[in-house]
Amino acid sequence: MTTTALDFTPRPGAAPLTRMVAAQAVAETRAVLRNGEQLLLTMIIPVLLLIGFGRAPIITVSGPRIDFVTPGVLALAVMSTAFTGQAIATGFERRYGVLKRLGATPLSRAGLLLAKTLAVIAVEVIQVVVISAVAFALGWSPTGNPIWALLLLLAGTIAFSGLGLLMAGILRAEATLAAANLVYLVLLGIGGVVIPLTDFPASVQGVLHLLPITALTTGMRSVLADGAGLPVGPLLILLAWAAATLALASRTFKWE
Amino acid sequence: MDSPAVEVSDLLKRYGRTTAVDGLTLRCARGRVTAILGPNGAGKTSTIEICEGFRPPDGGTVEVLGMSPGDPALKPRIGVMPQSGGVPLTMRGGEWLRLVSRFYAHPLDPDALMERLGLSEHARTPFRRLSGGQQQRLSLAAAVVGRPELVFLDEPTAGLDPQARHACWDLVGELRGAGVSVVLTTHHMDEAEKLSDHVVIIDHGRVVAEGTPAQLTGAERQLRFRARPGLNLDEVLAALPPGSTAKESPAGHYIVEGHIDPSLLATVTAWCAAEGVTTEDLSIERRTLEDVFLELTGRELR
Repeated sequence: MTTTALDFTPRPGAAPLTRMVAAQAVAETRAVLRNGEQLLLTMIIPVLLLIGFGRAPIITVSGPRIDFVTPGVLALAVMSTAFTGQAIATGFERRYGVLKRLGATPLSRAGLLLAKTLAVIAVEVIQVVVISAVAFALGWSPTGNPIWALLLLLAGTIAFSGLGLLMAGILRAEATLAAANLVYLVLLGIGGVVIPLTDFPASVQGVLHLLPITALTTGMRSVLADGAGLPVGPLLILLAWAAATLALASRTFKWE
Repeated sequence: MDSPAVEVSDLLKRYGRTTAVDGLTLRCARGRVTAILGPNGAGKTSTIEICEGFRPPDGGTVEVLGMSPGDPALKPRIGVMPQSGGVPLTMRGGEWLRLVSRFYAHPLDPDALMERLGLSEHARTPFRRLSGGQQQRLSLAAAVVGRPELVFLDEPTAGLDPQARHACWDLVGELRGAGVSVVLTTHHMDEAEKLSDHVVIIDHGRVVAEGTPAQLTGAERQLRFRARPGLNLDEVLAALPPGSTAKESPAGHYIVEGHIDPSLLATVTAWCAAEGVTTEDLSIERRTLEDVFLELTGRELR
């Protein structure tokens, strides 16, 4: 230990909100990109699914397979980051007292949530760039208005964040880890990500359509594969999930 | 006149049917070091966490720097070191301190602070790979990096090796010198005795004694010695002036209290000679804070 001169004379003051939020968002983004298990969920699995289902004749769809698979994989990417990754990370932050410790700093809870959202969006941007690049290399030719696709991704982000925070706020960290991965796998299977909904019995298709992942995959597909206008139905389903989960989470979330 | 650093009146905190804090009243002066001492479960952490704004009280009033503990305007003015954790496991030590420093308007240089606490070599080590003592020091650094007026340190030296403990003590001394108010909890009597201007001993959620270390230990001195266990103290007591006491606690450790003067010392050593006892570590000392503490809170384990 050396004796560097440090002036401890009190000089309290909070940094500007933008600086606090930016610092926290950068730290959270870095944490995701550094975490091996999260990268598996957010990057490796989506890209492998894209290549596997895009190239191999596993599913039967009308039109090029890559045009069917890419919108689903983009939806999956949003789910993996906004829901699975965020739920697990937040659960462990609560468990290790990080949320509590941050609560003693000038960064407000609203500021923390904003930073988390920005970090999720930053990771999603990287995912969309990587997945689109691989898809283009595999011959993807999207149609439709990209603005509508971005709007859907944003609504999906909010809905899945709400779901993730709801789960992380009430379950123990280990339970969140298990449940978030399980939900990811189940929704990957039944949400029209790579397996067409038409492969499921007609009786369950109606229910499946109400899932947030299905709303996002069908919405994305109708825009990017079919060139449809703004998909109002899926968008409303996503916004309903967002409103319900965020309202519930704000009431049930335990910070420590 | 400034409001005190912390003013707690009739504080009440219950968890289910357990009463953790039971009508506690204390005041911590500005620019001073206040140590809160107490056995496990005495209500130290509950009290400090209410002051930090982490949990609401069930009764009583708490003012920190003249403000309500939950007030957002208070956050930049206080620094907090929790008993453990509070840092993401995968985050590197240097990153955490830099991040926390970004929340304040006029922070200390995180690198200089890391160096000061002997953490420079571990700046790139993830939190979970730091030793317990290194984690504690990082937590301490994060509590002071924002240049607060008041810091709460919950068992700051738990798990520290002697060097790190002294580094922590030096830092607390320096904070005090710079006019920072410090409120800390501890189990270490020597720590409270050495560091603090004011000691508050709490037990069962209440204050059982408070004062400066000197006030608490009193002016009275003791004669202490070690010898074989089981000596019959009645004989020596009969020879001592009235009002003297003698006890064996723990076995083989003898304490004589009363008016300690050369004749008392002679009486005791003469008795030892008659008994054929050679004493070890014979000394005349002030009571320690530990004696006071054990007297007030009892010896049973909790």
